[in-house]
Amino acid sequence: MNANPFSLWVYLSQSPLLWLTVTLLVYATTDALSLVTHRHPLANPVLHSIWIIGAFLMLTGTSYTTYFGGAQFVHFLLGPATVALAVPLYENRKVVAAAILPMLAALVVGSVTAVASVVVLLAEAVGLPRAVVLSLAPKSVTAGVAMGISESLHADPSLTAVAVVLTGIMGAIVVTPLMNRMGIADFRARGFAVGIAAHGIGTARAFQVDAVAGVFAGIAMSLNALVTSLLVPLAVTLLVR
Amino acid sequence: MIASLSLVLLCQLAGEVIVRGLGLPMPAPVVGLLFLLLLLLARDRFVALARGPLRQDGVENASRGLLAHLSLLFVPAGVGVVQKLDLVAEHGIAVAVVLAISVVVTLLVTVATFLVASRLMSRGRSAP
Repeated sequence: MNANPFSLWVYLSQSPLLWLTVTLLVYATTDALSLVTHRHPLANPVLHSIWIIGAFLMLTGTSYTTYFGGAQFVHFLLGPATVALAVPLYENRKVVAAAILPMLAALVVGSVTAVASVVVLLAEAVGLPRAVVLSLAPKSVTAGVAMGISESLHADPSLTAVAVVLTGIMGAIVVTPLMNRMGIADFRARGFAVGIAAHGIGTARAFQVDAVAGVFAGIAMSLNALVTSLLVPLAVTLLVR
Repeated sequence: MIASLSLVLLCQLAGEVIVRGLGLPMPAPVVGLLFLLLLLLARDRFVALARGPLRQDGVENASRGLLAHLSLLFVPAGVGVVQKLDLVAEHGIAVAVVLAISVVVTLLVTVATFLVASRLMSRGRSAP
């Protein structure tokens, strides 16, 4: 029995239970809102979950480490979810096999563009410090992989994670209006592009729009993870002086 | 359900063992994805494999469940922005603009390459 509500808060705010509940509850709410708006790009559930939870952490003076103690159970599932992409890939294997050459061409060109554009723009045009440029270079790959790349370059993995999520949200918001404006009706190409540019958040968006787009986004995301982990160290030696 | 989830984790674990053991420069879950794909394809070949989670859409349903809320899984990493507020204040606008340009350019270049390559391929096929 605890009579003091403040000491109850002190106890709960340190427990994983509270932060896991907050994460799921906020996401469930923002996802329901996204559904109400018929999946409007600007009602992106990841974007709104992040600022709401972030604001809540700052208001209550909770550290990210404490928050992550609860949220890590969700974060952990990124790995198994990547493995699970084998299932849509298997189910659409005929569509995929028929498009293998366009996929490989788009993969190589897209991966290079994703890394080179950000490195060149940041280093040359904006002139950000080298450590920031290195941390942002792998931003188009899924979080776990990008953080690994950043770590191997002695950059800042937590900054990389933020850039990854920001990139994913931007890609997920912009892809549908952009592709419609350009008059691109091939959902294989649309899905593949968003998987390269905006990894899992883009893939989640693609699954909302079209099942085939989702499959191609998932493949693009996994292949891009492979290519970028080889490409970033190379690009960095060539482009960053 | 439990067996299906175990199979997914087992594939990831096998990926982790291979990647760490051989020092491969690729992410372990992607190797796990390849293992699961090979298992599913092998099951269609060899009836003996079609048991447990590889039967009656077991692993398929578990995977669909995981993928249905893929965006949720990025929320914890994204909230990490609260640790980087000093950097956001200092370079936030420049970084956001660069990321936005990079995303749009990457989307357009990738989609154009895909369409051009697929058009070239179908032309090559119709004209022997």
